[in-house]
Amino acid sequence: MATTNGTLENGQPDKKMPPLPHPIRNLEVKHTKIFINNEWHESKSGKKFPTYNPSTVEKICEVEEGDKPDIDKAVEAAKAAFQRGSLWRQMDALSRGRLLHKLADLMERDRIILATLETMDTGKPFLHAFFIDLEGCIKTLRYYAGWADKIHGRTIPADENVVCFTRHEPIGVCGAIIPWNFPLMMLIWKMAPALCCGNTIVIKPAEQTPLTSLYLGSLIKEVGFPPGVVNIVPGYGPTAGAAISSHPKIDKIAFTGSTEVGKLIKEAASKSNLKRVTLELGGKNPCIVCADADLDLAVECAHQGVFFNQGQCCTAASRVFVEEQIYPEFVKRSVEYAKKRLVGDPFDVKTEQGPQIDQKQFDKILDLIESGKKEGAKLEYGGSAMEDRGLFIKPTVFSEVTDNMRIAKEEIFGPVQPIMKFKNIEEVIKRANSIEYGLTAAVFTKNLDKALKLASALESGTVWINCYNAIYAQAPFGGFKMSGNGRELGEYALAEYTEVKTVTIKLNEKNH
Amino acid sequence: MATNEGQKIPEEEQTAAKLGEGTIPAPLKEWKIQYTKIFINNEWHNSLSGKKFPVFNPANEEKICEVEEGDKEDVDKAVKAARSAFQIGSPWRTMDASERGRLLNRLADLIERDRLLLATLESVNGGKVFSNAYLMDLGGCVKILRYFASWADKNQGRTIPIDGKYFSYTRHEPVGVCGQIIPWNFPLLMLAWKLGPALCCGNTVVVKPAEQTPLTALHVASLVKEAGFPPGVVNIVPGYGPTAGEAISSHMNIDKVAFTGSTEVGLRIKEAAGKSNLKRVSLELGGKSPCIVFADSDMDTAVEFAHQGLFIHQGQTCTAASRLFVEESIYNEFVRRSVERAKKYVLGNPLNQEVQQGPQIDKEQYTKILDLIESGKKEGAKLECGGGPSGNKGYFIQPTVFSNVTDEMRIAKEEIFGPVQQIMKFKTIDEVIKRANNTHYGLAAGIFTKDLDKALTISSALQAGTVWVNCYGSFSPQTPFGGFKMSGNGREMGEYGLHEYLEVKTVTVKISEKNS
Repeated sequence: MATTNGTLENGQPDKKMPPLPHPIRNLEVKHTKIFINNEWHESKSGKKFPTYNPSTVEKICEVEEGDKPDIDKAVEAAKAAFQRGSLWRQMDALSRGRLLHKLADLMERDRIILATLETMDTGKPFLHAFFIDLEGCIKTLRYYAGWADKIHGRTIPADENVVCFTRHEPIGVCGAIIPWNFPLMMLIWKMAPALCCGNTIVIKPAEQTPLTSLYLGSLIKEVGFPPGVVNIVPGYGPTAGAAISSHPKIDKIAFTGSTEVGKLIKEAASKSNLKRVTLELGGKNPCIVCADADLDLAVECAHQGVFFNQGQCCTAASRVFVEEQIYPEFVKRSVEYAKKRLVGDPFDVKTEQGPQIDQKQFDKILDLIESGKKEGAKLEYGGSAMEDRGLFIKPTVFSEVTDNMRIAKEEIFGPVQPIMKFKNIEEVIKRANSIEYGLTAAVFTKNLDKALKLASALESGTVWINCYNAIYAQAPFGGFKMSGNGRELGEYALAEYTEVKTVTIKLNEKNH
Repeated sequence: MATNEGQKIPEEEQTAAKLGEGTIPAPLKEWKIQYTKIFINNEWHNSLSGKKFPVFNPANEEKICEVEEGDKEDVDKAVKAARSAFQIGSPWRTMDASERGRLLNRLADLIERDRLLLATLESVNGGKVFSNAYLMDLGGCVKILRYFASWADKNQGRTIPIDGKYFSYTRHEPVGVCGQIIPWNFPLLMLAWKLGPALCCGNTVVVKPAEQTPLTALHVASLVKEAGFPPGVVNIVPGYGPTAGEAISSHMNIDKVAFTGSTEVGLRIKEAAGKSNLKRVSLELGGKSPCIVFADSDMDTAVEFAHQGLFIHQGQTCTAASRLFVEESIYNEFVRRSVERAKKYVLGNPLNQEVQQGPQIDKEQYTKILDLIESGKKEGAKLECGGGPSGNKGYFIQPTVFSNVTDEMRIAKEEIFGPVQQIMKFKTIDEVIKRANNTHYGLAAGIFTKDLDKALTISSALQAGTVWVNCYGSFSPQTPFGGFKMSGNGREMGEYGLHEYLEVKTVTVKISEKNS
C-alpha cells in the first residue's frame, strides 16, 4: 500500500517540498486507552500490552488491550450512534463532509506529532511518514469529505405505472482491521469512505502500531463527531480481531493484511452473519521492463517500488521481469542503487530505510534470503542483517532468479529485490499471471501498443505504466484473485460502504 | 431563485444558536466601499473610456458610490487575460484538480470570514432584508462553492467498450473562457452558482455583475486574489447589459455564456451567440410558476409556503409562486388566510431587524409592478389588500393580494417580479394540470397534497424544471435547477451543473489485440 496520493512518485518526496519539518524528540505518548463513545476506557480484563520502537527495540509504552468484551462495548456504542433518529443519522450529508474536512484540518495542524508517532512505532523514515503517509491521509479525507453529498441514487424507468428510485444507504456498523505498515493511512482509507457514507465504525489498529490511531481518536472528539460514530479498540488479531470478524452485530468488515488472515476473516464473516467483506491482501507484483523503456526511469522506479517502506508494502515490486538484451545493464544499475540506499535512524533526514517492524518479520525475511542463496539465485548485494543493529536488514538484490524459487513465489515483505529475465511479451504475460496474487503490476515501455496490450492482459487490480506506486485518492485500488475483494479509494469504494435500496411505488390509474 | 428553504434556519445557524453564539448578528453599522474598479488579471483597472456609473441604495434612492463602467474594450481586455490564463501549460491548466478544489474551498472560507460585510452590502445595495442576505444569500453562496470545490477531482470521464480493436476513453475538459452575466436579485448567490461549476471544471471566466448591484461581486474579486487563484482566471467587469453584456454574448473569443435574467434578454443572448461563434449557452430565465393547493393538503403549511414563495425578496425571484391555483372547496378560506398573512408585513429599511420587506430594486421595476397592479384592478380581479406604493421615499410597494383571478388577465400571464399574489380557483386535476402548463414558462411548480398518488402523478405531468411537493423554494447545491420551455436552457447546480461547463473529448486508440 505504498502511496503517493498525487504528490509523490516512487516513494520519494517530490520537488515542490516545503521546508523540511523536524520530528519532536522525546515525544510524550498521551493516548493509550480504548476509545469508545468519544471517551477513554480501560480494558475490561485489566490487561495491557507493550508497544515497541523497532529502531531501538525498546518499549515505548503500554496500551490497554482490547478483547471480545471491549469490542462488544464498542459495537454497542456504534450501534446506538447508528440508531434511526440519532444525531448522526439525521445529519445532512454536507455536514458529514464538513466534519471530515475539519478532521483533515486538525491532522494538518498536528502533522508533525502524528508523523513522529508513526516513525517511533513503525520505524519508517520520518520524512516518509510526514510527506507520504500524512499527505495521503489528509488528501483522502478531503476527497471523501466531498463525496458525502454526491452519493446519488437513481430514478429508474421501470416498466408499468410505477415510480422507482434507489437510495444509497449506509450499511451500519463497520469493523476495520488495520495493518502495521501504514497504520494511519490504511485507517483513513477505511474510515473516510465509511463515515462519508454515514456508517459508524469500530477500528482495531495493529498491535505493533496502535499509537497514531489512538491519537486520531482524540482528534475525532475534538472535531465534534457524535459519540459512538468512531470507536478504536487496540488489541491482537486472534482476540479483538476475531471478535470483530465474527461479531453478529457488525454489518461489514474491511481488512488490510495478509492473504492468510484475509481467508480467516471471510470465513468468520460467513459463519456469523454474512457481514459484507472487503479485503486488501498480499501481492507478488510483477514489474515488467521492456528493452525499449527509459532505463533510468525503470531502474529507479523498480528500486523504489520494492525497497520503499523497508519492502513492507503489499504493492512491492517483488518480481522484476527484465527483457533479455538489457538484463545485465539493468542488474548492474539496480545494484548501484541498492548500494547507495542509506539505512539507519529513521529520524535522520538522510535515512531512506529503517528497521523491519518486528523480530518475526525480520526472521522470516532472513530465512527467505537464505532460501534464495540455496536455490541458486545470484546474490548481487546485501543478503544479511546489518551488523549489531537490531532489526535492520541490508538492501538485497538477487539476479538469475527463476520462477520456481521461493523468493519468486512468496511475499517477502522485506528489502529484497529478485530480478528475472524474459524473452518475449507472450511469455512474460503468462509468467506474470501465473500466481494466485493479483494486486498490482507495472510496465516500462515507450511503445503505445505494447503498453495497452499489457494493461489489458495483466491480471491485477492496478497497472502502472512508466511509474510505480502512483496511488491517488481519486483512483480505486484493490486486488484480483487472492489479493483481495472489493476496492478502496475512488468512487468505487463508496459501493463497499453503502446498501442500495430500491423503492417502487405503484401509481393509481385513475389520475390518468 | 428564492432560497427560503421553507423558512428553515440553516443547520450551522441552529448549531451556533445551541452553542449560545447567537443566531444572526446585527448588520455592520459602519462600512466603506473598498472596491469600485474593474478586476482583470487579479488587478484593479479604470475603464478604458474613463466613464463611471452610479450605484444606488433603493431604500432611500441615495447614491452609494460610483463604479468604473466597463464596455466592449474592457471586456476585450478581460477576455485576453482569461484566454491567456487558459493557455496550455499555464499554471491553471497544469494545476491538479484537487488543488482547484482547495482554492474554491479557500474562497468559501474567505467569504465566510467577510460574511457580515458582504451581507450588509447586499442588503444596502440590493434592498434585501438583512437576515435573508445573511442566512440565505451568504449561506447559500458558501455551500455552493464548497459543493463544487469537491467535484473538481470527481468529474470522471469513462473508458468505453467499443466495437473492434480499439481502446476508447473520454476526457471531460473545460470549455475555455466563459462569460457570465449576473442578475441584480441575488447578486452574490447567482455569482457563486456560476463561479463554482466553471472554476471546478477548470474554465476561466469573465463576469458582468448587474449594473444595479456590482458591489459584492467586486468584493468577491478581492477574495479571489487573496485565495490565490492565478491571474486571469476570474475577471469581473461591471457595466450595462446593452454595452458590456452585449460584448460578452457576441464575443468571438468567449466559448460559453451563462446568463440569469429575463426571458427577453435571454433570447437576445442566444441570438448573439448564434450570430457570433456558436458559443455554448446556458440560460436561467423568467417564470410564472404555478403553485397548486389541493383540499386535502395541510392548509397552514400551504398558505405559509405559498406566501413565502411569492413575497420573499419583494417578489423579485424567478421562481415566484405567482399563479396560485386553489381547489374550489377551500378557496375562500385560503384567500382569507393569505390576506391575513400578507397584512402582517412591516416595510422599511432592510437593515432594520423588524423589517420584513424592503424596496424594489429600481424605478423601472417599481413602475412596471404598479402598472401590472392597475391592470389587475381594471381587468376585474378582486383586490384583497395592498394595491399601491408605500411611503414617499424609496421604491416600496404594499404587499398585494388578488383573488378571483382568471387565466387571461395580465397578472396571471406576465412575470410581475413584485409583491403581488394572484389566487385562482380550480375544480379537477386534469383541468389544473392543463392550466398550469398553459404558459411558455416552465421554471418551477409547487404542489400541496397529502395524497401520494396525486403528488407523484402531478409531479410527472407538470412542465417545469423543478417541482416542489409540500414545500416551496427549497434549494440545495446538490439538486439541479433550470427551466423547461422558455424559462431557460441547461441546468445549474448538482452534478448536472458540471455538464454546462465541460466539453467531452473521445480518444480512440487502435490496438493490436482485444481483451475484454
